[in-house]
Amino acid sequence: MPVSKLVGTKVKRREDPRLVQGLSHYVDDLRMADVMHAAILRSPHAHARINGINTDAARALSGVVTVLTGADIGDSVGSVPCAAANPTLRTPPHPVLAQDEVRYVGEPVAVAVAGDSYTARDALDLIEVDYEPLPAVSDLEKALQPGSPLVHSQWDSNQAFTFECGTGDMDKARAEADVIVKQKFIHQRLAPIPVETRGVVARYFPGEDELTVWSSTQIPHLLRAMLALMLNFPEHRIRIIAPEVGGGFGCKLNVYREEGLLAHLAMKLKGTVKWIEGRRENMQATIHGRGQVGTVEAAVKKDGTILGVTYDSLLDTGAYHQLLTPGMPPLTGLMISGSYKIPTLKFTSTGGFTNKVATDAYRGAGRPEATLVIERTLDLIARELDMDPVELRRKNFAQPSDFPLQVATGLAYDSGNYQAALDRALEMVGYQDLRAEQQRLREQGRYLGIGFSTYVEICAMGPSAALPAGGWESGTVRMDFTGKATVLTGVSPHGQGEETTFAQIVSDDLGVPIEDVAVLHGDTAVVPNGIGTFGSRGISVGGTAVYMATQQVREKAEAIAANVLECSTDDLEFEDGKFTVKGVPDKGITIQEVALQAHVATKLPAGMEPGLQATSVFEPSNFTFPFGTHICVVEVDTQSGEIEIKKYVAVDDCGKVINPMIVDGQVQGGIAQGLGQALLEEVVYDEDGQLVTGSLMDYAVARAEDLPQLEFDRTETPSPVNPMGVKGVGEAGTIGSTPSIVNAVVDALAPFGVKHIDLPLKPEKIWRLCQGGNK
Amino acid sequence: MIPAAFDYIVPDSLEAAAASLAEAGDNGKVMAGGHSLLPMMKLRLAQPGVVIDLKRLDSLRRIQVDGGTLRIGALVTHHQVETSSEVKDNCALLARVAGSIGDPQVRNRGTIGGSVVHGDPAADWPAALLAMGAELTLTSSGGARSMAAGDFFLGPLTTAIEASEILTGLSVAVPAAGTRAAYRKVKQKASGFAIVGIAVCLQADGDTCTDVGIGVTGLAGTPFRATAVEDQLRGKALTADNITAAAAGVADGVDALDDIHASGEFRAHLARLNTARAIQDALGG
Amino acid sequence: MSNTTTIQVRVNGVSRTEEVQPRLLLVHYLRDVLGLTGTHIGCETSLCGACTVMVDGAAVKSCTLLAVQTDGCEVETIESLATDDGLHPIQEAFWDCHGLQCGFCTPGMIMATRQLLQENPSPSEEEIRHGLEGNICRCTGYKHIVDAVKQAAEQMKAGT
Ligand SMILES: Cc1cc2nc3c(=O)[nH]c(=O)nc-3n(C[C@H](O)[C@H](O)[C@H](O)COP(=O)(O)OP(=O)(O)OC[C@H]3O[C@@H](n4cnc5c(N)ncnc54)[C@H](O)[C@@H]3O)c2cc1C
Ligand code: FES
Ligand code: FES
Repeated sequence: MPVSKLVGTKVKRREDPRLVQGLSHYVDDLRMADVMHAAILRSPHAHARINGINTDAARALSGVVTVLTGADIGDSVGSVPCAAANPTLRTPPHPVLAQDEVRYVGEPVAVAVAGDSYTARDALDLIEVDYEPLPAVSDLEKALQPGSPLVHSQWDSNQAFTFECGTGDMDKARAEADVIVKQKFIHQRLAPIPVETRGVVARYFPGEDELTVWSSTQIPHLLRAMLALMLNFPEHRIRIIAPEVGGGFGCKLNVYREEGLLAHLAMKLKGTVKWIEGRRENMQATIHGRGQVGTVEAAVKKDGTILGVTYDSLLDTGAYHQLLTPGMPPLTGLMISGSYKIPTLKFTSTGGFTNKVATDAYRGAGRPEATLVIERTLDLIARELDMDPVELRRKNFAQPSDFPLQVATGLAYDSGNYQAALDRALEMVGYQDLRAEQQRLREQGRYLGIGFSTYVEICAMGPSAALPAGGWESGTVRMDFTGKATVLTGVSPHGQGEETTFAQIVSDDLGVPIEDVAVLHGDTAVVPNGIGTFGSRGISVGGTAVYMATQQVREKAEAIAANVLECSTDDLEFEDGKFTVKGVPDKGITIQEVALQAHVATKLPAGMEPGLQATSVFEPSNFTFPFGTHICVVEVDTQSGEIEIKKYVAVDDCGKVINPMIVDGQVQGGIAQGLGQALLEEVVYDEDGQLVTGSLMDYAVARAEDLPQLEFDRTETPSPVNPMGVKGVGEAGTIGSTPSIVNAVVDALAPFGVKHIDLPLKPEKIWRLCQGGNK
Repeated sequence: MIPAAFDYIVPDSLEAAAASLAEAGDNGKVMAGGHSLLPMMKLRLAQPGVVIDLKRLDSLRRIQVDGGTLRIGALVTHHQVETSSEVKDNCALLARVAGSIGDPQVRNRGTIGGSVVHGDPAADWPAALLAMGAELTLTSSGGARSMAAGDFFLGPLTTAIEASEILTGLSVAVPAAGTRAAYRKVKQKASGFAIVGIAVCLQADGDTCTDVGIGVTGLAGTPFRATAVEDQLRGKALTADNITAAAAGVADGVDALDDIHASGEFRAHLARLNTARAIQDALGG
Repeated sequence: MSNTTTIQVRVNGVSRTEEVQPRLLLVHYLRDVLGLTGTHIGCETSLCGACTVMVDGAAVKSCTLLAVQTDGCEVETIESLATDDGLHPIQEAFWDCHGLQCGFCTPGMIMATRQLLQENPSPSEEEIRHGLEGNICRCTGYKHIVDAVKQAAEQMKAGT
């Protein structure tokens, strides 16, 4: 094994110079000749029948190329796909433009194409739609009650699917328990809000009969397959390019109407068509995250032993399924055990159609719900038993010796040392002193709270058996004539820094300078196959594929080197990019020279193919399970309802670390979103399905001032699932942080008899809870 | 994101601007910083046929102290007010309020005049101008007039300005030495506008309140001066109890705004709480 | 209806004369007419700061300005910062401190930082966070951005 030089160190990101200079190309930055601009007219109604659309005036506007409605498109473009497998699933048709009915505010109704974006926008004002409003249902629980307005009239209810998992006998657990703790949870809808909205440029080449689509997506290869199906056009004649992508957080792990629509327009108009989503469209028509309601029940012994937990939940699917909508509850269900040994677990979920945009994967995707439920439940139990929440956690933690840990949800956790992360975090925060301080302040009428989240999450998505469209990832490593290395990866980074981390791996293992390693991604014509970036899989699945390909390249290089040096491979040492004969240090050949030899192809071992490259497709045998402890300390102003975070400590364990700077960045960014969920963010629809938080004027995301100073540390428990021992870190901060903040606030308000608060913890809610006075 | 088309005029003088405005009638809008008008035009909530850009009217960009009066031109930006030494030395409250508006980029462009005329019920300026009893100067082709800030704000996005008038500036009496002031703003977390904003300007002799002005924004559809609270404080000792008791009346009889960010009841509570806290701040600072 | 006005603007040191519709937003003028696509668009309500540029030395949101309002002005965009000698210290600091992930907010963030340091060459942590209140970053959690601004401040003071 070569010595790690770069792996594990802070290597500055190689993608940054272009980004800090504004020289990169996001979809909207692509400059193409003769591009036409599309603007989309969207439904202002949550539910309405379309009796007619008059596009005459819009078509007549100078500069307008065409205006299309759902009727014009008919069945020439297929339904937007849903890939989640579930036998109970009801899948409504999901056309690129509404056909006869609109079912959520923001549903695309017509598209205007013009020579410039201003004219396209003007044309929308000239389209007249005759809507006949229909009864709408916005509230999830109401939608699932008998007699609710139906989102899709072909079914007799709004039930979209059911799902359950878990094992054990809950009745027995209840019977043996000393205490039963029950709590309802509302997981509000969240808007992912990448700062770059979605955008699509589609170009059709009539001569070649080829279609190229640039899309701000996390999954170029999957998008190509899905578009092929939607358009009934051969997959091999479609090229998808994800150029620079300005954040995704799950919402670009999807296939959207606009991608099908723009491709269709390009083919119909035999040219190039562009659409860039506005932020208000983004709030209306890009998926939302979370949107669950559920009730937990825990059966517990007096000493704190948790015998069983059930969580019965509903998922607000929205009006149509997006790619993975029904796939979110399983992720909640599978992770409901948290980091605890709970012999009996039962999870149920029912999806309900509502007149709202679909929910789907948003950073964490189903796991934040599980973590919030179990971490809050632990605190509820601690309160009920009058136990320190830390003691209760210790009591129920899985121990290092338990791994691989078979969990009652059916998963096997790979590795973990929960106690170590907790201990480190407690030490950093100064726990015992804090409790004393809390007591002291309470006497002065000040309310300090300490909240824990000893989370575990599921990453490295994942074994193909567990995913709807493959969980493997591809990596190709190639050295060319001149000794430069090119890496092709099927993951599609959009901020995660794989151009750097993958190059670190290759540079170390091939002994080439990192400047000589190029990492290419996001283009189906360049990268032979792939799945994409989501589920914290970049390093653990994509990186592993690259790692394995790198080993193969080195083995081949070694064989060539041995042949050139006329020795056996066993006689060779490899260091600093040079193969030398053991004991004869001046007899050697650099890997660059080997690369040249591989291409000149005159000194290859008999039967060896020329060239120096390898492709590996890594199929993980299991998920990985990163974990950690987040501790949040808050002070609540019970008069204004405001929450001040006094201290925040995070100790995360994502296995082996390739680049600590990037890992820190992922955790910090994740915490900002988890904090947003806890304190600020909430998509609000009114009862009639009107979107109240329709822009950033009403939907708050965290700004620099909203974040406290954070203190970090790490423990490092390698994963046995992949050769590098990495786990993944993209979602940990989001999943781990939210519960610690809520638990802290509930702890602060204990003197007011507060046991639970649903998110977000807005000042008015807090103030109302304190109105009863200190109990 | 894309405004509807309009004609664009850049007059060289106040007279020319007034004439253009008179000619355009209801179809015309003057533009100062454009930081309220343009956002509305981008959403096509406003679609003026003619936009009259005041940017060449440099005479409206001045801050002056003459005698006991601080005069601020309508085109003075929030940032200018925030950083002006004339303002900081003579009337620190205005600088503080200016600094609480939006963000640095917004403060660089948005003007005090534009904010006042726009009449957003959650804007910050009205609180300060009401607390200080500012006078506004308005000009049209027909001549000029002045008006007390207290008479100017009529309702959400509605003020007493005539369609043909241009606000040229405003003035406040430079507060007597020893005047204390404070501004408390509870921000709407998404937009940064005020859920409530309370400006207090207060004079005391020992611990007795001799005079006080309190301006309230965000609470109601129209910003207002909390005269009842002022009356209750004047002549009283500024004890915590007296302050709380007086502040408790700030929302009485007010039809509080109610939205997803704060119910009417909570806004009223915040107004009471922050009136008391603003007075305390003024005394402390 | 689509009347046009001639404007003259100096953009990154180069004088430009252009016929534009009065309704053309500055950000579209920079991006679509001049091809300076480093200035981004992240919202429709002037709240994200991705479009921040300098007009006559002051940071502004170019989505909330008409191009015609900048007639006669000096406009600087992110593309103006680096020189043949290399990156601007703020750019360098964002790189060093990992002050960006997807990079979409970054040009605006850097321009806002420029204004911040212009007005306050030695900002405290609190002042930095406050000074960036007009800019949203959804990726970084801001900590590394704050670190970058601190480093840039140090560097720029040392450099002058
Ligand atoms: C992102 C953002 C955040 C903001 N946050 C806040 C905040 O926290 N608090 C706050 O108070 N404000 C806030 N504002 C509003 C900001 O302060 C505006 O600058 C101000 O409200 C309007 O000033 P302006 O010069 O831009 O006016 P413009 O937009 O040019 O004009 C506004 C209105 O006033 C009229 N008008 C302008 N000047 C005159 C004049 N001299 N005579 C007659 N009519 C005139 C116009 O015709 C128009 O109807 C925010 C704005 C933005 C974009
Ligand atoms: S695009 Fe200008 S502030 Fe968001
Ligand atoms: S780096 Fe992605 S939004 Fe800031």
